[in-house]
Amino acid sequence: MMLGLESWTLARPELFLAAATALLLIYGVVRGEVATPFVSIATTLALLVTAVLLFVPYREGTAFASLFIVDRLTTTMKALVLVGSAIAILMSRAYFERIKAWRFEYPLLVALATLGMMLMISANDLMSLYVGLELQSLALYVIAAFQRDSIRSTEAGVKYFVLGSVASGMLLFGASLVYGFCGGTAFVQISRALIEGRGGELGVIIGLVFVVAGLAFKVSAVPFHMWTPDVYEGAPTPVTALFAVAAKIAAMSLMVSVLMGPFKPLFVQWQQIVVVASVLSMGLGAFAALRQQNFKRLMAYSSIGNVGYVLLGLASGSEKGIQSVVFYLAIYLVMTMGVFAVILMMKRRNVMVENIADLAGLARSEPMMAIALLIFMFSLAGIPPLAGFWGKLYIFIAAVEARLYVPAVLGVLASVVASYYYLRIVKVMYFDEPAEALDRPAFSINRAVAFAAAILVAVFSLAPQPLSLVAAAAAKGLFP
Amino acid sequence: MSSWPILSLITFLPLVGVFFCLVVNGPKEAVDRNCRSAALLTSVVTFLISLLLWARFDVTKAGFQFEVKLDWVPALNIGYHMGIDGISLFFVLLSTLLTPICILSSWDAVRVRVKEYMIAFLVLETFMVGMFCALDLALFYVFFEGVLIPMFLIIGIWGGDRRVYAAFKFFLYTLLGSVLMLLAIITIYWQLGTTDIPTAMEKLNLPFIWQCWLFLAFFASFAVKVPMWPVHTWLPDAHVEAPTAGSVILAGVLLKMGGYGFLRLSIPLLPEATQYFAPLIFGLSVVAVIYTSLVALVQEDMKKLIAYSSVAHMGIVTIGAFILNMQSVQGSLFQMLSHGVVSAALFLCVGVLYDRMHTHEIAVFGGLVHRMPRYAFVFMFFTLASIGLPGLSGFIGEFLVLLGTFKVNTWVAFLAATGLFLGAAYALWLYRKIIFGELTKNSLKAILDMNRREVVVFLPLVLITLWMGIYPNSFLDPMAATVDKLVGDYQSAIKLAHTASLAP
Repeated sequence: MMLGLESWTLARPELFLAAATALLLIYGVVRGEVATPFVSIATTLALLVTAVLLFVPYREGTAFASLFIVDRLTTTMKALVLVGSAIAILMSRAYFERIKAWRFEYPLLVALATLGMMLMISANDLMSLYVGLELQSLALYVIAAFQRDSIRSTEAGVKYFVLGSVASGMLLFGASLVYGFCGGTAFVQISRALIEGRGGELGVIIGLVFVVAGLAFKVSAVPFHMWTPDVYEGAPTPVTALFAVAAKIAAMSLMVSVLMGPFKPLFVQWQQIVVVASVLSMGLGAFAALRQQNFKRLMAYSSIGNVGYVLLGLASGSEKGIQSVVFYLAIYLVMTMGVFAVILMMKRRNVMVENIADLAGLARSEPMMAIALLIFMFSLAGIPPLAGFWGKLYIFIAAVEARLYVPAVLGVLASVVASYYYLRIVKVMYFDEPAEALDRPAFSINRAVAFAAAILVAVFSLAPQPLSLVAAAAAKGLFP
Repeated sequence: MSSWPILSLITFLPLVGVFFCLVVNGPKEAVDRNCRSAALLTSVVTFLISLLLWARFDVTKAGFQFEVKLDWVPALNIGYHMGIDGISLFFVLLSTLLTPICILSSWDAVRVRVKEYMIAFLVLETFMVGMFCALDLALFYVFFEGVLIPMFLIIGIWGGDRRVYAAFKFFLYTLLGSVLMLLAIITIYWQLGTTDIPTAMEKLNLPFIWQCWLFLAFFASFAVKVPMWPVHTWLPDAHVEAPTAGSVILAGVLLKMGGYGFLRLSIPLLPEATQYFAPLIFGLSVVAVIYTSLVALVQEDMKKLIAYSSVAHMGIVTIGAFILNMQSVQGSLFQMLSHGVVSAALFLCVGVLYDRMHTHEIAVFGGLVHRMPRYAFVFMFFTLASIGLPGLSGFIGEFLVLLGTFKVNTWVAFLAATGLFLGAAYALWLYRKIIFGELTKNSLKAILDMNRREVVVFLPLVLITLWMGIYPNSFLDPMAATVDKLVGDYQSAIKLAHTASLAP
């Protein structure tokens, strides 16, 4: 097998990140704990440099004997993931320093998880897909349990590990069936076999169902969502932010490229599954969150609901649909990062708090923080003129054009139900009498992230065009 | 016509005030004072500029004027298209008129979080004006829905005891209707490839069954906003709990969004469905007129009574809009304007008492004429205007609607007219309870009449009510060409559909 120079240049960002992580790991091991501040900053920079390398110079093509693919879609998704991970590391520091768990392994594990995400986004073969997925998952299992002396955190880690392994197993089982019936693991081979008429065989369909189930677990779509609330609540908050943003975007991108790539010929079959998962996720995300008291748990259900909307975009299977997925995920990244930045600022008498009731009267004690959270909540509820509305609009345009009327109607109705719990947070902040005020956050990265995100979300309506162009260009990757 | 984008200016000028309020800093007293002044100044300037629209409006043209058309999201073919015609002109003016009045009326009444209050009202003004000017479905929806955010906060933060319940009910009710409209808008976009309203008016030609679905989706949104029976239940709650100025905007402008939506979107875009569903609308409206008038008779809370009367008055509006002849549509528009001014003024009247006694229960008051002669006059004036006394604004609208209705359907006209009769009953009953009689209650012995600021608040409303009642042509003339076109287009669309269905 010839691995020409071309392969190496295409995988340049991944190779850079892998090398940087390895070097920083050696440095950290040699220097010990004192290396932590440097390693964390260097890792953030490495992630950002990797993001730059994606575009400078921009290349497209397949590499390593078609195991690896680079196009507009994968590049855009990788950029989102890298930005999400970099911000997640920046936001982590204060949190872990407080609990005396700020170790150099943490940023490196995040970087390794990110590397795994990039590999799975670029996967062009069931094998490379699985390798990337596992690299990501193993790193994430560890950081979910990173707060070693906390029972909740370790519980989250174990739960995620056990359930995640089951999902990986299902995915692998499905992949083996597909391999058996299609005679290959490369996406092109599968696609060709399906077009040539293997699609009707039962084994392929069963394999497809297992693959979709495994992927649905990773994006936490109903009915494979059970791990999400517990893991989101138990994991350290910055890790939750990473799960909610980078990991979710990566898994979603994987799902898009698998279903729209090799399994495109089976569109009719997988569309049913995705539509059902989408409607159930939107519904569960809306109804189950109504009575949550813990903000992180609420965000877990919110993320399940959001996945439902993204899946609706995917289920339309059209170019518009893929555009809407990219568009929605980019907006979701900004909103969710902002919300987690606010959650990370919630401290009372120097102890982190994360119950919704703790926000009471925030509008008086900390008006700017309250306004930022208000903007995020209305945006998540999809109220114009905030950014979240545009995401939903795009999704529903795609859904209506694909004639998914009933799911679209159920989707908008679910969004009304969901708006109730977003509003409840606004109510607690603005309508309720102040409880004991939260600590005044000093200037910090989290504050900067929250404000930057709030401003982006608030003024997005002035120029939705650039993002829709990015989304359109990305979707071209799948519809050449 | 005008080389400078006057509509965009009117829409976004209030945001300048918002910006000022955001950056102003210092001791609380000074901040409050500065924010009040800034909000009043921006809203008054906005109103004055909006008067230019009226002055420069070409009454002979039926189409849109002062148009601005820019690219917004070319990738989705969504444009920033603003413009007004005879239907929307006065709604813009109504919004810009009521905002400074609201700000002035809450000058002393609002003492907590003044800055946020002023910001909320100015943002609200931007959304309201933008909604009436928008000529693009997506833009329309953004403004239409955006209104919910400031209104939710106004009810929830500065409202009464059950404000949280009322705010949620208001928000969720209206949102539920609106999201269905969003799907309708998306469907139109999918059919046409654009969200431009004038293009849609020209080109949209959907099969009948589609029109029906879309009509119902729009109906879900506008009927809740109007509000029509039986989806009106959010209104009394919202009114009772909202602060005075919130009620004023709610009754004065927000309810008109529903009626405006019917006339702007449902009727011209979906003529066949309009014809098909008109009897349903008449039925619901007649129920609204009679039933809510009866309900109003037994209220113990002034605001609730006026809220129910609003539902009844808006019932007349929807009848007029769907009878669809020249008189009825003009009457419907006129009735909306008149109701916008008169019910706003009535809520301000309640607010005057609320500022003094901190309650709007009817039983608390009585015999106020002895202590508050000026107030008694103003309240009498607007009560009569609301009943529809000839010479005041309410009469013209109701008369035109009934006249137009009578030509088409005497029964609807008859039943709607009974509502007017009941309207007189509850309004005069309220007036009798509060103003007349002996002043026996000790708590009222020291009550003060209206001060100069309050007189200034009411003066423009009194003048406008008189003007509309005595010389309605100033208002009817600019509407005429547009309404004529609306009715004409509707008739020809129906005729076309009819001949098409007869053809083999």
